[in-house]
Amino acid sequence: MPETRILPTEYVTDPNLRVTSSGKTIRSEEMIINMGPQHPSTHGVLRLELVLDGEIVMDVIPHIGYLHRCFEKHAEHMTNYQQVIPYADRMDYLASMNNDWAYALAVERLMKIEVPERVEYIRIIMAELQRIASHLVALGTFGIDMGAFTPFLWMFRDREKILDLFEMTCGARLLYNYVWVGGVSHDLPSQFVDQAKAFCRYLKPKIKEYNDLLTYNEIFVRRTANVGVLPADVAINYACSGPMLRGSGVNWDLRRDDPYSLYHTLEWEVQVGKGEVGTVGDCWDRFIVKVREMEESLRIIEQALDRLPEGNVQSAIPKRIRPEAGEIYVRTETPRGELGFYIISDGTASPSRVKARGPAFVNLSVISEISKGAMIADLVAIVGSIDIVLGEVDR
Amino acid sequence: MEELLRSIPILGESILLYLVLAALPLVFMLLYALVTVWVEMKVSAHIQDRLAYMRTGPHGVAQPIADVLKLLQKENTVPATADKFLHALSPYLVFAGTYGAFAAIPFSSAYIGSNIDLGVFYLVAVSSIVVVGILMAGWASNNKWSLFGAVRSAAQIISYEIPAALAILVAVMISESLNLQVVSRLQQGGIQDWIVFGGALPLTQKLLVMPFTIIAFLMLLIAGIAEVNRTPFDLPEAESELVQGYNTEYSGMRFAVFYMAEYANMFVVAAIAASLFLGGWASPFGEFLSGPIWGFVWIVAKGMFIVFVQIWVRWTLPRLRVDQLMYTAWKVMIPALFLCVFAVGLILVL
Repeated sequence: MPETRILPTEYVTDPNLRVTSSGKTIRSEEMIINMGPQHPSTHGVLRLELVLDGEIVMDVIPHIGYLHRCFEKHAEHMTNYQQVIPYADRMDYLASMNNDWAYALAVERLMKIEVPERVEYIRIIMAELQRIASHLVALGTFGIDMGAFTPFLWMFRDREKILDLFEMTCGARLLYNYVWVGGVSHDLPSQFVDQAKAFCRYLKPKIKEYNDLLTYNEIFVRRTANVGVLPADVAINYACSGPMLRGSGVNWDLRRDDPYSLYHTLEWEVQVGKGEVGTVGDCWDRFIVKVREMEESLRIIEQALDRLPEGNVQSAIPKRIRPEAGEIYVRTETPRGELGFYIISDGTASPSRVKARGPAFVNLSVISEISKGAMIADLVAIVGSIDIVLGEVDR
Repeated sequence: MEELLRSIPILGESILLYLVLAALPLVFMLLYALVTVWVEMKVSAHIQDRLAYMRTGPHGVAQPIADVLKLLQKENTVPATADKFLHALSPYLVFAGTYGAFAAIPFSSAYIGSNIDLGVFYLVAVSSIVVVGILMAGWASNNKWSLFGAVRSAAQIISYEIPAALAILVAVMISESLNLQVVSRLQQGGIQDWIVFGGALPLTQKLLVMPFTIIAFLMLLIAGIAEVNRTPFDLPEAESELVQGYNTEYSGMRFAVFYMAEYANMFVVAAIAASLFLGGWASPFGEFLSGPIWGFVWIVAKGMFIVFVQIWVRWTLPRLRVDQLMYTAWKVMIPALFLCVFAVGLILVL
């Protein structure tokens, strides 16, 4: 905000005064305009305060908190640890499985619970299916931001099949409460493995279709290449994570670099942006990283489905969740990046403190840095490529 | 057509005759808009792997009528800070520009609203009135986003008028007339006489001219899409950037008028392209299936085909950015079309 000081009039020089070619003095100034909270491209109730010079964005000030639901305070007031999971579901509502898992994993580590192998594989399958579903939404809505409506509906059509798999397993389509401390709420239904394999076979050619329709479309490439370039050092300084960080060429994935579950036993690769059509770290790189991550997720799912052992999925669920006094920070790789839970236990049945470190919130903070000098249309591309979910930004 | 109506005793020489003649395009326009809204929804739905309207009548054919009835009943909200007069005026100005264009479109060898010698010139000029209405709508709404949309629209339509006019010039040079009835009549010989394939010129000239006429025709289609503000040139109403741009603050029938003007405009640019390059009301088979009634069928069919292409493009491509839009017009299309005009002129003279 500019300082307001009262100066003697002779010292006041108005920076907005301009002399036109015909010699007239006119006063022109930057326009301040609100983008959101009700705006189709802010992906929820984000408000961006824009300072514009014509179509050029001079400054962006994000205002958040419209969806604040006191997640952390709620977590302290639950009667037990298990009850926090439905709230974790509602943080990043496009990746509920991953949220559940991150929280459950934190409590499990705090209690030093070993979960059965079948549970680990089920969780991997679910998390990766959820990653694909989340990326499909991210890519589709990014397409809408670019004015292409058709890819969005194609992607939602295919996401529907993932949601059907989830519904078949646990009855819910969006907020699952599926991953529990020590296990999962339901075992996989008998036909799940076949249907999941069929889905993997179905999606592979579809990814190529998305690429043909959108990713390599000339207009799309021109709209996203060299736009919103996030250099690797800036990304690291702002603690970006997930596809945002990998899009900038940083090879960092918590599934590999801070391993949890059985990811280290599976064969897959971390995809990074290479600046194929523009500069490393532009919107297109962030987009293609997500597309390729879907392919990697399919690889992971197929391997996990093949290895899925028999067993009881609820054998390790503790009768009473009452960790010893202590604290823990556990981080996992959700579709949007590093989701960490910091839990302090005072030895009672409910957590003394739960702090969530959300990837979308942290990734969003970089927006002012990378959108100065962009056009409004570029800003829409940048917001879309950051892939925020306001449920998690505001919690 | 005029003679036919004149023979009806009540009409005779009265002013009623001209009212009826003027109302014919309006009837066409309303019916066409209903059909095209439905077609657009269905085509987009099939592109997007969904069904669209299915409930109101077989395959939802009655849905556009239901939509109109809904819009008629809706409250006409005007923002408190809007300039109420301009806000009310602008949709009708946009509509007037579009409706005015219908006057010079040759619907058949027997019917054209006004058979003026400067037909093409008139069409280019009158369709520019739309810009004034859009600019007025954006300004009167007193909404920054609407104003953005309006200014973008003005810049865009004015820029794309030039390539459109140059592309039209290519056809006019070959047909040597600005009267669309005359241009259509010249292409009566069948598909080989269409100006897009070089017109009714001697064979060598025709073959030389053909690449340039095809380029000019495609450019006219592109400029036409830009003039009616549709994807990939829908920047004035880019819903993901400007939240519908200039018509954000409109509701009810005033919105419907904008909407209908947009659809009618699609047909205007399609009909101009069809008349100049695809033979207008002339049958593609020469004498076969020709005549005043068939002529109407042919021009509507050709126009609707181009409208279909516009719909197809809209649901396939993403949107350009403002600077890319201007780049396309000024640095690609205009130089290319100047080249076409120059080359066609040279070929015709030699």
